[in-house]
Amino acid sequence: MERSFIARNPSVLVFLAILALFTLVVTVFAEGFGVGLISTSFVKTLGKTLCLCLIAVAMDLIWGYAGILSLGHFAFFGLGGYMVGMWLMYERTKQIVESSLSEGILPPTPEEIEAAIGNQIFGVVGSNEFPVIWAFADSFVLQMAFVVLVPGLLALVFGWLAFRSRVTGVYLSILTQAMTLGLSLYLFQNASGLRGNNGLSGLQNLPGVTAPQSVVSLWFFWASALALGVGYLLVAWVVSGKFGSVIRGIRDNEARVRFLGYSVESYKLAVFTLTACIAGIAGALYYPQAGIINPAEVAPIASIYLAVWVAIGGRGRLYGAVIGTAFVSLVSSWFTGGQAPNVNLGFYTIKWVDWWLILLGLSFVLVTLYAPKGMGGLVDLITRKKGSDI
Amino acid sequence: MSTLLEVSGVSVSFDGFRAINNLSFQIGDAELRAVIGPNGAGKTTFMDIVTGKTKPDEGHIIWGSMSRSLIGMSEAKIARAGIGRKFQKPTVFEEQTVQENLLMALRKDRGPLAVLFFKPSKPDLERVAELAEEIGLTDALMRVSGELSHGQKQWLEIGMLLAQEPRLLLVDEPAAGMTPAEREKTTAILVEAAKTRAVVVVEHDMEFVRRLNCKVTVLHEGAVLAEGTLDHVTKNQDVIDVYLGR
Ligand SMILES: Nc1ncnc2c1ncn2[C@@H]1O[C@H](COP(=O)(O)OP(=O)(O)OP(=O)(O)O)[C@@H](O)[C@H]1O
Ligand SMILES: [Mg+2]
Repeated sequence: MERSFIARNPSVLVFLAILALFTLVVTVFAEGFGVGLISTSFVKTLGKTLCLCLIAVAMDLIWGYAGILSLGHFAFFGLGGYMVGMWLMYERTKQIVESSLSEGILPPTPEEIEAAIGNQIFGVVGSNEFPVIWAFADSFVLQMAFVVLVPGLLALVFGWLAFRSRVTGVYLSILTQAMTLGLSLYLFQNASGLRGNNGLSGLQNLPGVTAPQSVVSLWFFWASALALGVGYLLVAWVVSGKFGSVIRGIRDNEARVRFLGYSVESYKLAVFTLTACIAGIAGALYYPQAGIINPAEVAPIASIYLAVWVAIGGRGRLYGAVIGTAFVSLVSSWFTGGQAPNVNLGFYTIKWVDWWLILLGLSFVLVTLYAPKGMGGLVDLITRKKGSDI
Repeated sequence: MSTLLEVSGVSVSFDGFRAINNLSFQIGDAELRAVIGPNGAGKTTFMDIVTGKTKPDEGHIIWGSMSRSLIGMSEAKIARAGIGRKFQKPTVFEEQTVQENLLMALRKDRGPLAVLFFKPSKPDLERVAELAEEIGLTDALMRVSGELSHGQKQWLEIGMLLAQEPRLLLVDEPAAGMTPAEREKTTAILVEAAKTRAVVVVEHDMEFVRRLNCKVTVLHEGAVLAEGTLDHVTKNQDVIDVYLGR
């Protein structure tokens, strides 16, 4: 008989245990409640990394399992960030405005408060009117729903058009890049209603919360760890059963799956939309930790990096995507952040800020050519297991 | 015997080249039929048309007792309507186990949600075991199908077809690359399958066709050249000229 899903996939349990342990260790060593060996800014970096791991799990589902190389998932990630950012910025500005207006002699009218908030938020783009898309910015519940609904809906419409016309392979990748580019160009406009290239800022401040950042950072870190755990479990479950069989079949031989009677397009659309929703949630947790979101985050290159992380980690197995993303994104921010010591060769000084991208590109090529299993393949060496699993 | 599939006056051209030329073909409910013909005769293209992969330029394809037209239906829909197909090159999902391959093919709800929550029941697993028995892969159920021999892959694909429980089975060169013993077994599987459904077998090997012991349709340049028993068509001068005599 069939054993339970966890029993068939012990790696899921191992992953969750490691994630829980990691969360505990970081909490103990952080400034918020623990001994303070880990700085608050590094807690934020780790929390953001967990969010990137979550979108990588989604990327692995769509690319590694379903074989659709989407180069647009950071668009969904960014949209999730914008949705949460709108609420954060609105509520926070409202508090500031209310407290400053209350110093006047007469209590301010709701219209005055609204106008002042509009002025505060949209002054930078030469406006003080609330765009229509901010209509629900004061509703926490609705904006949280939008975190999933907006990326999901965009993915549904875009995917429906693309898959229905049987766009596949590299053409689909290009199309997703075009979508990302279109979105970021739109967001760059001042008239977009999302403050153009200024983006949304001050997102690290939670309205109505007086706790210091050292504590707030841990809240987000925990939320990110939880989201990654739940997301991992969900995706592992999705790929473990017959649904996983079908999408892997689509990856390996789409036509054959069709002749078995499966509507390939519906499956692709379902996976595309589900992963877009996961990406939206990851983004919604990421940007409050980053503090700011602007259109540059949605630039096409970001989605390409995502594919590189997953490839280096080893696609087609979820922990590979997580390992690759955690490793490469952390190392990447170390090198590009100027922390890596330059290497003086006497005749030439290697500046990592410049050379890192080349190193990354080179490792991508090498992994693709010589180690298609990526870093996740190293786990096989330890467990001596053959073939792919979750 | 009632007609299950009726193809009439079908033509299709690729860049001006007429691969199928005013082809008409009929098959009954529980019939075994061999289709032979020289390379490029249009045998595979004929299957492409019936299964919805290629859209014909003209003609009709009528299916089943309800006389539905298959033209314009998607591949998946045609498959769900009861037409299964085996490709010329064995195409199984190599990275998955024999059991996973068979489970995927099993006749069940094909919708994404139903599949997501699908858990193989005891009868499902029994059916899979039964199919594995039929195609001689009982011991290989848990093996990754990429590891199977060429002949075993062919059988697995036939097993997947049977799992679909189609009313019409289109089988393209099932015996290609098989050893004589494997061929014999393949014949047995196909003859058995044709007892309960229609089976169309495309094959070059005359010995194999003889053993199928059924009506034969000879295709040439996209049209039917002759039809009848094997002895009848092999005596046909046209058939000898274009096919056998070479
Ligand atoms: N998609 C296509 N585009 C262009 N030409 C095609 C296409 N499919 C088939 N043809 C041509 O149509 C003709 C019939 O091909 P088909 O594959 O149906 O032959 P066949 O009878 O199956 O031959 P074989 O015995 O070699 O398998 C061939 O000349 C082939 O080159
Ligand atoms: Mg052929």
